[in-house]
Amino acid sequence: MASIEIANVRKDFGAVSVLKGIDLSIASGEFAVLVGPSGCGKSTLLRLIAGLDDASGGDILIDGRRVNDLPPRDRDIAMVFQSYALYPHMNVRDNMAYSLKLKRTPAARIAEAVGGAAAKLGLEALTERKPRALSGGQRQRVAMGRAIVRNPKAFLFDEPLSNLDARMREQMRFEIRKLHRDLGATSVYVTHDQIEAMTMADRIVAMNAGVIQQVGSPLELYDDPANMFVAGFIGSPAMNFLEGQAKRVGTGVKITVGGKAFCTLPLALALPDDGHVTVGIRPERIGIGADRNGTTEAIIDLVETTGAANVVHADLAGQPLKIFTTQRLQLAHGERVPLAFDAGHVCLFDRASGGRLR
Amino acid sequence: MRGTSLSRTIKWTLHYAALLAYVAVALFPLYWLFKVSITPNDILYKQGMALLPSKVTLDHYATVVGKSDFLLYFRNSIIVSGVTALASTLLATAAGYAFSRFGFRGKFWIVGLMLVTQMFPLVIVITPIFSIFGVLGLTNTLTGLIIIYTAFNIPFATFLMQSFFDGIPKELEEAAMIDGATRFKALVEIVAPLTLPGIVATVGFCFTGAWGEILFALLLNSSPSASTFPVGLLLYSTRGTVEYGPMMAAGVLALLPVCVFFFLIQRYLVQGLTAGAVKG
Ligand SMILES: Nc1ncnc2c1ncn2[C@@H]1O[C@H](COP(=O)(O)OP(=O)(O)OP(=O)(O)O)[C@@H](O)[C@H]1O
Ligand SMILES: [Mg+2]
Repeated sequence: MASIEIANVRKDFGAVSVLKGIDLSIASGEFAVLVGPSGCGKSTLLRLIAGLDDASGGDILIDGRRVNDLPPRDRDIAMVFQSYALYPHMNVRDNMAYSLKLKRTPAARIAEAVGGAAAKLGLEALTERKPRALSGGQRQRVAMGRAIVRNPKAFLFDEPLSNLDARMREQMRFEIRKLHRDLGATSVYVTHDQIEAMTMADRIVAMNAGVIQQVGSPLELYDDPANMFVAGFIGSPAMNFLEGQAKRVGTGVKITVGGKAFCTLPLALALPDDGHVTVGIRPERIGIGADRNGTTEAIIDLVETTGAANVVHADLAGQPLKIFTTQRLQLAHGERVPLAFDAGHVCLFDRASGGRLR
Repeated sequence: MRGTSLSRTIKWTLHYAALLAYVAVALFPLYWLFKVSITPNDILYKQGMALLPSKVTLDHYATVVGKSDFLLYFRNSIIVSGVTALASTLLATAAGYAFSRFGFRGKFWIVGLMLVTQMFPLVIVITPIFSIFGVLGLTNTLTGLIIIYTAFNIPFATFLMQSFFDGIPKELEEAAMIDGATRFKALVEIVAPLTLPGIVATVGFCFTGAWGEILFALLLNSSPSASTFPVGLLLYSTRGTVEYGPMMAAGVLALLPVCVFFFLIQRYLVQGLTAGAVKG
């Protein structure tokens, strides 16, 4: 197990700057999830940690030792590729044993390690098969097995579940977490799926356009996002953003949306001079119906139901609003309903910069 | 029902008739070569157009093997083609790998230059090569031919190998390097086995190219000791007379190594070795 320290790391491809100064430290044994939209530089950062690409600047430390100039094989890190990258001419057992063979591990020891990994991943019956005779999920597990036989300093996962179907993905998510619990290995897991990030991470690292936006536990990012990017990226259905006005009244802040009273925050915040703000509120923090003492009215547009819950699409003073509720409501298109907003969970953002107003 | 099965039979018949015609056209020259090589001289001209000779003899083969320098030419050809094939493939593999995997300064120009070399007919460089080789003492040597053939083979063979390497996902090597291999070891243990069909195809391409080449072989190497067999074949046609029998017999013999060669390598030419490497 090892800690990973990344200090002011940059990566340029020619004139294009892909990573613009990344600072991150991952504690020994931690399960960190890198999350961000496609093309934000997640794979690039992982490849720098693995040593497959050279950083254009900054330092990468594994267990306190600078590894920038070490080739991948000397970093003692295992990686599960976005594409699995199984050796097609080797069967499952040889795929998993390859790294141990390179290290001249005694055959008995290899057999034991490979057998153990195969058992853990449910691959015992497949050890003689070539990768082409495996299903996607099985290949994925072999790729995982290839990593865990090694007992490396750290694991890197690059969207290992992105090609699996929903059910398989859910199951593998669980398996990987269990594996981490059993092995306790430092892991960096890349995904663009915020559900994966929320459910798996000890700590989430939210990235956008080559810059880290926020680092924290899943609930920190969920409840207390640093900016509109994180607020909008984490959570499904996504946070509502409404254009509004904020004005200081006494010790609190009074918010209006479309000229109508929205709610009053019991906090003093630094507000922009003109009072223009973006109001963020999560869909499940909005109460719907007369019994909630709602004061603001919205017009119902559409209701989506999953059975367990409903997502109500409504119109609030000309702006779209989503409401998540487990109540089974009978709502008609065009109906006016009163809404109640949970003031404790309203976030205000600077409209120009997208930064959180605190 | 009857109608469809009838039309299926007709389609099937036409299908195979077309294939048969194709095979017949492709193989007829070879058959004729073989037929003439076993026809005795006395009936060769009398029964010129008959599909089967009325008498069969191996005399021509005996003449070729026993009473001519054919075996020497044959040996020369094997050496020249074999060394050319190995040298070209080795160099083309190394270059193709570099072109496929690395970005480096001047890559564009090197590739461009290699393409340019493929645009000219070889004839126009014969004179300069002849005079250069004369000075270097490379005329009338097998080494000279090997150098020429290798040089001419390399550009195309390199492009061929590059495209084979391009077909191998770069992650496979990277996975191997993370597993603890050096780049060279990853190349040898992971990439090379997967590129084997490509390497074998390139060897075959270079070998057959050198095996049948006659222009340079004729002009650069006039002495029998350094002649290859295509030049040897020409010796059967002197001014005025052509000894068809021995010439065809020699031709049949010359085909054998190529046939054996392709028979040996055909199983490596099967594609699909990389299936299953990456999710697709
Ligand atoms: N070799 C390269 N040359 C130039 N640009 C590159 C290269 N590799 C990656 N990039 C660019 O760097 C950016 C980040 O790529 P990266 O693969 O890290 O994205 P990602 O966050 O992993 O995305 P995804 O979720 O789609 O895998 C992209 O805009 C990509 O176009
Ligand atoms: Mg990626």
